[in-house]
Amino acid sequence: MDGDYAIAEGALAAGCRFFGGYPITPSTETAERFSERIPEVGGVFIQMEDELAAMASLIGAVWGGKKAMSVTSGPGFSLMMENLGLAAMMETPLVLANVQRGGPSTGLPTLTGQQDMMQARWGSHGDYEIIALSPDSPQECFDLTIEAFNLSETYRVPTLIMTDECVGHMHEKVVIPPAEEIELVERKWYNGPKEKYMPYAPDSDGIPFMVKAGDGYRFHTTGLTHDERGYPVINAEQQDICVRHMVEKINNNAEKIIRMDEEGTDDPDVVVLSYGITARIAVKAVQGARKKGIKVKNIRLITIWPFPEKRIKELAHKAKAFVVPEINYGQIVLEVERCVSGMAKVIGVPHCGGGVHNPDHILNVIKEAAK
Amino acid sequence: MTEIRFSGFGGQGIIRCGLITGKALSLFDKKHATMTQSFGPEARGSACSSQLVVSDERVLYPYITKPGILIAMSQEAYDKYESDLQKDGILIIDEDLVEPKPPRDNIKLYSVQSTRLAEELGNRIIGNLVMLGFFTAVTAVVSPEAMKKALPGLVPERFLDLNIKGFDKGYEVGLQTIGKKTTKTKRKQEITK
Amino acid sequence: MTTAEKTEEIRNPIEEFMRMDRIPHIWCSGCGIGTVVTSFVEAVKKSNIDLDKLAIVSGIGCTGRVAGYIKLDSFHTTHGRAIPFATGLKLANPELKVVVFSGDGDISGIGGNHLIHAARRNIDMVVVCVNNFNYAMTGGQVAATTPQGANVSTAPYGNFEYSFNLPYLTEAAGATYIARWTSLHMRRVTKSILEAFQKKGFSFIEVIAPCVTLYARRNRLGQGLDLLKYYYDKSDIQHDADTRDLDIGFQEKIVVGKFVDKEKQTFLERMNEHLSDKLGDKYQYYGKETK
Repeated sequence: MDGDYAIAEGALAAGCRFFGGYPITPSTETAERFSERIPEVGGVFIQMEDELAAMASLIGAVWGGKKAMSVTSGPGFSLMMENLGLAAMMETPLVLANVQRGGPSTGLPTLTGQQDMMQARWGSHGDYEIIALSPDSPQECFDLTIEAFNLSETYRVPTLIMTDECVGHMHEKVVIPPAEEIELVERKWYNGPKEKYMPYAPDSDGIPFMVKAGDGYRFHTTGLTHDERGYPVINAEQQDICVRHMVEKINNNAEKIIRMDEEGTDDPDVVVLSYGITARIAVKAVQGARKKGIKVKNIRLITIWPFPEKRIKELAHKAKAFVVPEINYGQIVLEVERCVSGMAKVIGVPHCGGGVHNPDHILNVIKEAAK
Repeated sequence: MTEIRFSGFGGQGIIRCGLITGKALSLFDKKHATMTQSFGPEARGSACSSQLVVSDERVLYPYITKPGILIAMSQEAYDKYESDLQKDGILIIDEDLVEPKPPRDNIKLYSVQSTRLAEELGNRIIGNLVMLGFFTAVTAVVSPEAMKKALPGLVPERFLDLNIKGFDKGYEVGLQTIGKKTTKTKRKQEITK
Repeated sequence: MTTAEKTEEIRNPIEEFMRMDRIPHIWCSGCGIGTVVTSFVEAVKKSNIDLDKLAIVSGIGCTGRVAGYIKLDSFHTTHGRAIPFATGLKLANPELKVVVFSGDGDISGIGGNHLIHAARRNIDMVVVCVNNFNYAMTGGQVAATTPQGANVSTAPYGNFEYSFNLPYLTEAAGATYIARWTSLHMRRVTKSILEAFQKKGFSFIEVIAPCVTLYARRNRLGQGLDLLKYYYDKSDIQHDADTRDLDIGFQEKIVVGKFVDKEKQTFLERMNEHLSDKLGDKYQYYGKETK
């Protein structure tokens, strides 16, 4: 099964019953798979007229009570940014996968890239936080899609799966466990008195309860800056409360959300940090470096956003250098640089897209960094 | 680790070859297999290839670098990919569709009339299955049982029998080509030598 | 009795349907949107619809604020995207009756693509489009509906573009119920909304309404009352009129009426019927039928 199919299967296993999409290479296979499978499990697939509509339809579907997702790539991701902002503002749990291709603009429709990593974080206007995960195989496309749904429901936040063409179109064995072995987080439904419901009143854990339309709550929600009732309040004080809430509910839980694979010595000369398909390539380079006697720690980010700032700061005290290969001109490396804050060298290994790194190229940079 | 490239033109079922072999290896032969594909923007007719990396351990680098086995089902694919083949690699061609250059290095060349045999069996669309059968016999990287088990779900149900027929034909011709009409175990020993 | 006591006794007849904690609203005096809201509420009252199952979705703009004032499940979304949001809402929860209440700029300008596609699919929803001939919230710019010759802030020498004839557009796209009125025709608007509630399918109701502060002032058309006088003098009820003939010229005749009222399977009905047909027992029938 390829990564694209695995995303669709993961979504169905997570209980996703609404898919609003628009075809775009190299993500289309997910939509195709969903449209084929959904009639058998009771749900709706709709191919919308564009990605603006696709994203809007997801938010509507979630407030209608469903778990919902979409999938896209570069140009479509740009269009979806509009309503990704609305989803963040309305604190709407949903999942969006970006099977990245080379950009900008139409770029390389059939070839890989990791060039939307910063767009995932900053793509819609204004301040907000999202969660973004990066799978490195079809198996992880399945697993992390389920995780993405769980995180999005836990934190009432749109969650992104930032994969790429290589993983999306790569066929490997995918193990799908029996349904009863899959842990699912259900929506944080409100069940207090109807007249007391407020869609944006944080619970003790900071996350507000949800309801769905049609259950008699007669609630209001808006993309405007709002109070706990969801009523617009247009002033600096409410803006502060509203934005802080959206940002802090993720940042305060960052340690719970963040997942990464760490391997190798705790006293490294060089830390190699990568994600997605590049992390598989990096392993080869790391193996090569160890043969040369270089002490390397290898880190694969599974969660990209929120960023594992704390761990990188710790390692910055120990390592001489960080090497960050990624299939873009240098995006996550900037975030590493920010966290390392001058305590160690940070060296990017850029690749403009269209293919993956040559492991030897990464190896050479590691050797250089170890000097 | 073995790297395999299936190539031809769009519409011949080249991607399918990679999918079937990959599924056979990873689900039924207990190997790790990663398949990637490349194709032009056209749906049909252009050069098309699927690549398979086979290993006993998890495959890290997903693309092939220096394939040990090349299957070429069109002249364009042969011209494009022949030079990548390892010095002691195996080259398999459809002899009616590919005119090979004199073989270089220690490359072993096997040829089969996969498309013609498929036509004789009633439908040229199973040319890829004849090729897969032939490939399975001459390379022994995958077991014929696993290959046949991998077919359901990857070929249309109503053509399953025909596909199996095509595979069996190719397999039989393959065994004849390497001079083996022997049992499976013996054949494997031969290959390992 | 003092004046103060007297005002306390007079309660707005549509109060129970409004979020009174959000009143006063933002609309200018003389604006027509409020009257359309009143017509809508009257229709809701007469319809016997379960209010818990009625949801309202707006986009952005002056009319986009409607969702915020009506006490139903209500969504104030992004500019132009009320219809696709409503599409998701309706398909996710088919027992809802979904109303989109928004302006001409939102629905036919930035959201024009969504309008025609929702009509094409025959999504079961009621779209009330208040057409005030300009982008009012942002200060009176030219819209897809601005009549030729009208002066607006981004067409300071008068508008030379052709404008949309919305009933014609939506009919061509496949809407099964189409009416146009002005905000003067309050009872007619109520009746149309009521009819649309009782139908399945995509209903489109255009209501021409005065924008006193911007459109009227800039074009020296007078106060709200003068515009209502214009509607009174120049609107012409022609039920079943050919929608090709419904262009609106600057201060010229406005043909109003119910133009389309036909039956066609909705998106969900098509989906259920088609997939049951193709997949037989494997198909999981989706949603409950709504009335």
